[in-house]
Parts: sequence; structure tokens; C-alpha cells
Amino acid sequence: MTTPLLQIEGVTKQFGGLTAVNDVTFSLDEGEILGLIGPNGAGKTTLFNMISGTFAPTYGRIFFDGADITGRPSHKTCKLGITRTFQIAKPFAHMSVVNNVKVGVFLHTTNPHTAEEKARAVVRFVGLEPWADQPAHTLTTSGRKRLELARALATEPRLLLLDEVMAGLTPTESVDIVELIREIRRSGVTILVIEHVMKAIMSLSDRVAVLHHGELIAIGTPQAITSDAKVIEAYLGEEITIANA
Amino acid sequence: MSYWRRIPHDFRTLIVLTLILLILPRFLNQFLVSLAVLVLYWAYLGNAWNLLGGYAGQFSFGHAMFYGIGAYTSTVLLVDYGISPWVGMLAGAALAGLFGAVVAFLLFRFGIRGHFFALGTFAIAEMVRLVASELGIINTTIGIHIPLVKGDDWLRMQFETTTVNYYYVILGLFVAGTIVTIVIVHRKLGFYFMAIREDEEAAAALGVDGLRYKVMAMAISGALTAIGGSFFAQYFLFIDPSIAFSVALSVQILLRPIVGGVGTIWGPLVGAIFLTPLSELTRDLVRDPPPFLSFIQGRAGVDVMLFGLILILVLLFMPDGLVGAGRKLRDRLQMRRTGHDDAIIAN
Repeated sequence: MTTPLLQIEGVTKQFGGLTAVNDVTFSLDEGEILGLIGPNGAGKTTLFNMISGTFAPTYGRIFFDGADITGRPSHKTCKLGITRTFQIAKPFAHMSVVNNVKVGVFLHTTNPHTAEEKARAVVRFVGLEPWADQPAHTLTTSGRKRLELARALATEPRLLLLDEVMAGLTPTESVDIVELIREIRRSGVTILVIEHVMKAIMSLSDRVAVLHHGELIAIGTPQAITSDAKVIEAYLGEEITIANA
Repeated sequence: MSYWRRIPHDFRTLIVLTLILLILPRFLNQFLVSLAVLVLYWAYLGNAWNLLGGYAGQFSFGHAMFYGIGAYTSTVLLVDYGISPWVGMLAGAALAGLFGAVVAFLLFRFGIRGHFFALGTFAIAEMVRLVASELGIINTTIGIHIPLVKGDDWLRMQFETTTVNYYYVILGLFVAGTIVTIVIVHRKLGFYFMAIREDEEAAAALGVDGLRYKVMAMAISGALTAIGGSFFAQYFLFIDPSIAFSVALSVQILLRPIVGGVGTIWGPLVGAIFLTPLSELTRDLVRDPPPFLSFIQGRAGVDVMLFGLILILVLLFMPDGLVGAGRKLRDRLQMRRTGHDDAIIAN
């Protein structure tokens, strides 16, 4: 078997007395879409922050393509091929949409003309072309989410970390984004996605991992997860009870 | 014509502007030429500050430290070693660039940002001033006179006050400084500066090393500012620590780009065109006021008070400066003409 693209080994993060992520181990194969779910405060974003390098884990190691990247800062993990989006979109508000994307493109080129062309192509790919030359702060929530995606794609990542790209979108907008994510995967990008929209994540992911109180309580195919007793108890429980009532 | 079209917009503006400024002195009397020298000089300094404060978004309140390093380096090299100020200028720029990189590394390394960065640069500039005031080799608080030479001497960068040569020197510096800015903001470096200004965490996620690029911004901005200091020393022919390293100077440097429009190519020039004559006017007014204003006679600081007032008004009503306000007006007019809001154009 080949080495997994991302390997998380016994990763723990403590903030003072609080253990946000506790001894989590899993791995991600090249080309896979792994959904990461769990109630609010389960430690999903904390895990993202450790992979992308916003901060280092307290214990444990993270390997990317076989290399130890534990504690490497964001700008370095990005150069290796890991790019993230943010739960709350962080557009470069006073720059145009295409210039936002150009910042990502400049990771691999210094030529402004190539950058312009590539950025426009990415803007077109995510469907933001009509707004390409507007300042990013004029975009709607859905537009901002697409911009997050476009900027991340512009860095040509091997591993894309998506933090709730569907939060705050209408059902129709979500369907479009799901289609977009599928297309990104087809181009060969491995994706780790945090999402609250269950329907979307179950249809999108090859496997789903469930975090609860910072611990990984289950990992497997969407079918296996939805029938896992521990998951139902911890996370889907209420819904099932209501459904049975 | 097709060549002309292919030149980026800002460069076309600069070419036209340069041609106008080259022939401008023919139509000005001696007083207006010296006013134009000051306008270009402040525009040059504002442009240097704007790279760091406007584009990279790191608000320096202590640019006098770079200015003073430039002024003193070229002056000491000229007076003590007979080295041409043209060379001294570059030496001063190199020294200020290095100093800027060290200061930026020290401040940014410890995560100092925003207001605290402004205070940090302010404190360091004051420290440099105090050290300069005690330093024997640069003549402490007494200052240094640059010996006068007869006639116009290009090698020593010293001219009769009746010539327009100072004007052409500062015009050259202004054009060169503006070219540096235009080139930077259209390339990777400028995009990284702006990304850091907008959101450093998001920039890092896209591979931007915040510390490295902030250090670069401070070094480039500091080096350019130092050249302005060298020019002033050659123009005024005297420097001391209270001139070259003063807090008032740091404020003056950042005032024009803020009034004109931070993070825009032409903001510093627009701000300088607006504020410089105003400052000269108030200075004259204080020196020789009309009868009903006789109580302000000889009171220093009235011009500074006026600047403070202007700054407050600008920040309240035109946070994007004159250039920003002009753009908004243009967009609104365009909107009215076309009848919809497609006219909102980025940058």
C-alpha cells in the first residue's frame, strides 16, 4: 500500500485546562473526500488549524506525503500543497475579486500576466466571472464562499481543507457548491471537509469521521456512520428520537 | 498608438504628468518654483511612507528615523570625507533600509501590530533622536552646516537659489519613487503587501510569509525615505537632530498620503498639492497676520493645529482621502448616467 497523503497520529490540543482535541488518529488517501462532522465545539476547526499550521498540536504528529509537518506555519504548509478556507470568509475586502485570487496564484508564478490569466480562469471556474472586477466586500455570502474556494484553488493545492463552505447558503446554492467540490476532486485534489449540512456531506464524502468532545468516535463510509450506535447517541440521537416519536 | 495602449494605466498617467512637470517651471516665478519643490518633496516622502503604511497596512509613526539616517549619512560623508551626496544618498538609503529591516523584525517578530506598531515606531524614532543628540561624531544637538560653494555644482548637489535645478532633482526623485511604487503594486510583492494589510491570517493560508514581507516593506519604505532626507539636507544646507529626527516630521510625512488617499498611487501627490500651499500660507499668516488676527502674530504651532484639524476632518468625512472621495464621486456620476450600479469598479 502507498503512504497516505495525510496522516494524523495521536494529535492532542490543549488550551490551558481545556482539551479541544484528544488523541485523534486517522489518515487520508490521495484523491479521497473525507467529511469531518461533529457538534459545535467538537474540535473540528481546531484540528484544521493544526493541519494547516495556525498552531502546533500539544502532542502527536502530522505527516503530509510522508514528511513530518507538525507545527509548520501556514505559509509553509501552503507551499507544500495544503490550503484551507475559513469558516467565516476572510476576503481581502478592498481588492477586486480577481486580485484576491491573484494572491493565491502568485504562490507559483511571479509573472503578473500569467497570474492575471490564471486568476481569471479560476474565477470563471467557481462562477464568479460577472463580479471579477468588483471589490470583494460587495459580494454576497454565497459569493464570499466561492471566493474562499477560488483563492484556495489558485494555490494549486494537493490537499484542500474546507471549513463549512456551505454554512449560511440556501439549499440551491449548497447543491451548486457540492457540484463544484466534486469537480475539484475530479481534477485530482484530495479534500478534507467540515460541514454541518448532513445531506450534503453524506452524499459528497467517501468516508466520514465523527468528532465528539475532541475525540474521534467513528470513521467509515457514510452508510456505516449513519448506523453507528455511538454516533447516533452522540450526534444524530435527537433527530432519530424525534423521528421515532 | 497601440504601444501606448499596452502601457499600464498608471505609467501612462506618470508619463503625461512628468512631461507637464518638466515644462512647468517655465510658467512659474521663483516663489512658485520653490513651492513646487516642496510639493514634490512631500509627495516623494508620502509615497515612500505609503508603501508601508498604505499598501502593506503597517502604520508607521516614526518615519523620521529613516529620514534622519539619510540626511546625516549623506551630510557626514560629504562634509567629513568629501563624498558626493549622490553617493551619500545611496549609502543613506542602504543604511536606512538595513535599519528598517532590523526594527521591523524586532517589532513584528513579537506580533506587535496596529496601534502598537505605530507606538513602537514612534518610540524607536524618539530613541534615535536622543542618541543622535548625544553623538559626538555627528556634532550632537549643534547640528552640521554644509559648506557653501559658489555657483551650481551638480557633483555636490548644491545650487544657487535662483536656479530651477533643485526642482529637477526632486522631480527626478519623485518620478523614480513613483515608478518603484507602480512596479511593486502591480507585481507579486505588492499583492502580498495588500493581502497582509487586508487579512494576515488569510494571506498566510495562501502561502504569504507575513513577517518576511512586512520586513521587506519597512526596508524599502525606509530606504526611499532616507533619500528624501538627503535631498533636504542638500536643499536646506543645515541639519540637526530636532530637524531630521523630529516627531513633527514623522507626522508631516504621513499626513499627505492620508489626506490624499492611503494605498493609492496618486494619493501622496494629491495630498501634497493640497496641504503644502496651505502650510506655507498659514506660516505666512502667523508671521504677518492681518490686523483682526494680530493675536496670532509669531505664535508657532498654528499651522500644526490647522493640520490636526484637517486630519480629523479627513478621517471623519473622507476616510479614503481625496483620491477615494473623487473615485466615489466618479462612480456615482457614472451610475446616474448608466442608470444602474455596474459602475462600482475595483481599484
